[in-house]
Amino acid sequence: MRHKIGRWIIPAIGGLAFIYLLVPIAYIFIYSFNDAGRTNLEWRGFTWGNWLNPCGAPAVCQALGNSLQIGVVATVIATALGTCVALGLVRYKFRFRNVSDLLIILPLATPEVVLGAALLAQFLNLGWELGFTTIVISHVVFCMAFVIVTVRARVSALDPTLEEAAADLYANPRTTFWKVTFPLLLPGIIAAALLSFAMSFDDFIITNFNSGNYETFPKFIYVAATRGIPAQANVIGSAMFILALLVVVIGQVLSYRKRRAVEKAQ
Amino acid sequence: MSTPVMTKRGKIADLRSKEEIKAERKKGRTGLYLVLPGIIGLLLFFALPVLVLLSMSLYTRPPGAEIGEFVPSFQISNYATVLSAYWPELLRSFWFALIATVLALLIGYPMAYLVAVRLRNHGLLKGILLVLLIAPFFSSFILRTQAWKQILADEGFVAQSLKALALLPPDGHLTATPFAVVAGLTYNFLPFMVLPIYANLDRLDTRLLEASGDLYASPATTFRKVTLPLSAPGVFAGTLLTFIPAAGDYINAALLGNNRNTTMIGQVIDSRFFRVIDYPGAAALSFVLMLSILILVIIYIRRFGTKELM
Repeated sequence: MRHKIGRWIIPAIGGLAFIYLLVPIAYIFIYSFNDAGRTNLEWRGFTWGNWLNPCGAPAVCQALGNSLQIGVVATVIATALGTCVALGLVRYKFRFRNVSDLLIILPLATPEVVLGAALLAQFLNLGWELGFTTIVISHVVFCMAFVIVTVRARVSALDPTLEEAAADLYANPRTTFWKVTFPLLLPGIIAAALLSFAMSFDDFIITNFNSGNYETFPKFIYVAATRGIPAQANVIGSAMFILALLVVVIGQVLSYRKRRAVEKAQ
Repeated sequence: MSTPVMTKRGKIADLRSKEEIKAERKKGRTGLYLVLPGIIGLLLFFALPVLVLLSMSLYTRPPGAEIGEFVPSFQISNYATVLSAYWPELLRSFWFALIATVLALLIGYPMAYLVAVRLRNHGLLKGILLVLLIAPFFSSFILRTQAWKQILADEGFVAQSLKALALLPPDGHLTATPFAVVAGLTYNFLPFMVLPIYANLDRLDTRLLEASGDLYASPATTFRKVTLPLSAPGVFAGTLLTFIPAAGDYINAALLGNNRNTTMIGQVIDSRFFRVIDYPGAAALSFVLMLSILILVIIYIRRFGTKELM
């Protein structure tokens, strides 16, 4: 009898937890169809209007554009720098390794308020004007730490015999890197870049410290939250969500097909 | 290949030919070139800012100065001032973060176990649940928190049903309570708990569980003696990834709490910086927060840490 309860209790808790995880997302999606007017607090009837006119609240789209721009720039820089650091740390030995290890781990163990406050103190000290550049710099810092950790795990797990085989076949180090190592690392790098973008796009606390008057999507919602968020924000939130899901699903299908093809070839 | 280049030059030179040493040194330099840009970035925009923050926490405001004007100084009493004023918020932040971490572990472990072990041979369902697990990352943190606020609102369905069932007094609230803030923290950082545990359980060899059962261990004993120890690194990483951001978070406290019983230290730092324009006070509080988290993390690593973490 105890055995049976044990078998059911984990799926039951797990299943409920998944519902818990998805309730607010469903709520955001449903309320994106609310004929809300200015504040999207109570249900006033179904409409396609918000989806047909996502920029109906103009500030939303402006903020969204800013956030997308920051996300792309910060992700590109963080991924490039972070991948190089990860490669260098795993593959090569040099002095100051302990210091660099500490420098990578510490940002991950620092709460966002502290990182935001520290960067603000630095920018105030330098006399820099807060805006696009300062936001990008602050995002690169925390994204890069995540990229390094993710890609480093990938590099460590790499099978060194593949590179040795390439060298045995007279590939020079450069060819070996671009034809063997890099393609093997690419899935990890892409995953790290997606994670970076998601974190940058969604960041509020660090951005709030270092943005001055520059508006981003999370900032817009946070400010709007006190007087009611326009339904267009729900549309954009839902659209981003659906888009990201599609990307993940397509990625899964592609990798599944590739695996099948390889299995067949063997 | 594995000869360390870090040792002082010459010490091991006699073991290798000149070409080998040259090649290794060149390799070491390539590594340095690869690492340097990123590390310099972190030095300039992480290490240096933390030092600036530290020095700013000791600034003082000269008599008669304008608001926001401070001069470099060595006023350690700033720390005593902010600590005596805000120790309840500091303690509350750690307390809330701790409860949220424990709850996330209790909820998150079964989720990870369900996906990684129970559904191991159900490819499609497993894939769907995995996607749902990372789904929250794709929708806005603040929108989700705001959605919770509306779901739990006084006139909302949940609060009304609880009142109808007499589980909540007629004049009771769900929002603006510590309960709502902790629930929000648990919710928002749950994926950070589940994913590392999942990554660990996914590699778990289920034959070990069968072996344990064959040796007459009850399922509970098998879990306690086999599954849990093997997934410990995941639990360890997950708890850190949940606790650290939760302790510094203030979005949940601001949106779901927003009264004096729920103020967390992040809110105080934010308002010291932007509303009160007390930079030294805000900097001192930030530094205290960072240091106390670091100390807690180091104690935790010493006590439970595993080498597999990094």
